Amino acid sequence: MSSYEFPVEAGHIMMFARAVGDPNPIYSDAAYAATTEVGHVVAPPTFVQSSAQFDPDYSLRPRIGQAWFGSGKEPTGVQRAPGSGGGGTGLHAEQHFEYHRPLGPGEVLTPTLREGETWTKEGRRGGTMTFAENIVEYRDAAGELVVTARGVGVRTSKTVENG
Amino acid sequence: MALRRSELEVGSVHEQVVVENLTRTQIVQYAGASGDYNPLHTDEVFATKVAGYPSVFAHGMLTMGLTGRMLTDYVGDGRLVRFGGRFRAQVWPGDDLTARAEITEITGENEVELVITTVNQDGAEVFTGTATARIDP
Repeated sequence: MSSYEFPVEAGHIMMFARAVGDPNPIYSDAAYAATTEVGHVVAPPTFVQSSAQFDPDYSLRPRIGQAWFGSGKEPTGVQRAPGSGGGGTGLHAEQHFEYHRPLGPGEVLTPTLREGETWTKEGRRGGTMTFAENIVEYRDAAGELVVTARGVGVRTSKTVENG
Repeated sequence: MALRRSELEVGSVHEQVVVENLTRTQIVQYAGASGDYNPLHTDEVFATKVAGYPSVFAHGMLTMGLTGRMLTDYVGDGRLVRFGGRFRAQVWPGDDLTARAEITEITGENEVELVITTVNQDGAEVFTGTATARIDP
């Protein structure tokens, strides 16, 4: 992740709240939000994850003019090495947020990524699992911390069988 | 509405159904809002034929976002200090999820510690975690 800016926009907050099924008017109605303790529209608790929209290097967004690994004419748009099959996938294992203050539309945050620890574990369902931690600090224009996010990703050596 | 210390005790519980019959469209809606377009979540052909899953499944962060609704409905807006947890099992189209918060500690600094559990229609845990929120005296 190179350095980039994450503009927090009212329409984006509204769409995010809809996507997580949250009808709370504090996410979409500025007049209502003005009457609340916070006093303005706020971002839902997991909203900063959508900074991915603004990350120029984010790999899970199709790029204009580049092959995408989802289906089109074929089940996948990219060639995989023989034997790699489809198994073995990266999944999100943990996510933790620390909120330093409420976040509202009109702010521009700068996320900075730090790699954390990595470790491996033998799993019953997914073969060898490799865990990797990352910490993203979201700072405002004054350089103050607004949200600290710590994620853990896991990569399995085969497709997770799970019901 | 914030929580009041005088009305709370360790063991107080708030529980809420956060989705019934999760649709593929809602998963796609979350992909569009969050920017995570991983075809494991949005592309049934890729998820089944290439990745070998029985169908697409929800982003872990959609499950956490649905759980967040229960949490802010309970503790109030702008009151969360921390919220985190683990994705314990996959969430599939058609699932019903119920999210639950239980108070485990009320601190001298007017904060509550909560244990968070989100289960599917079979009672299986899909997300477990903790949260801290500011309360009124």
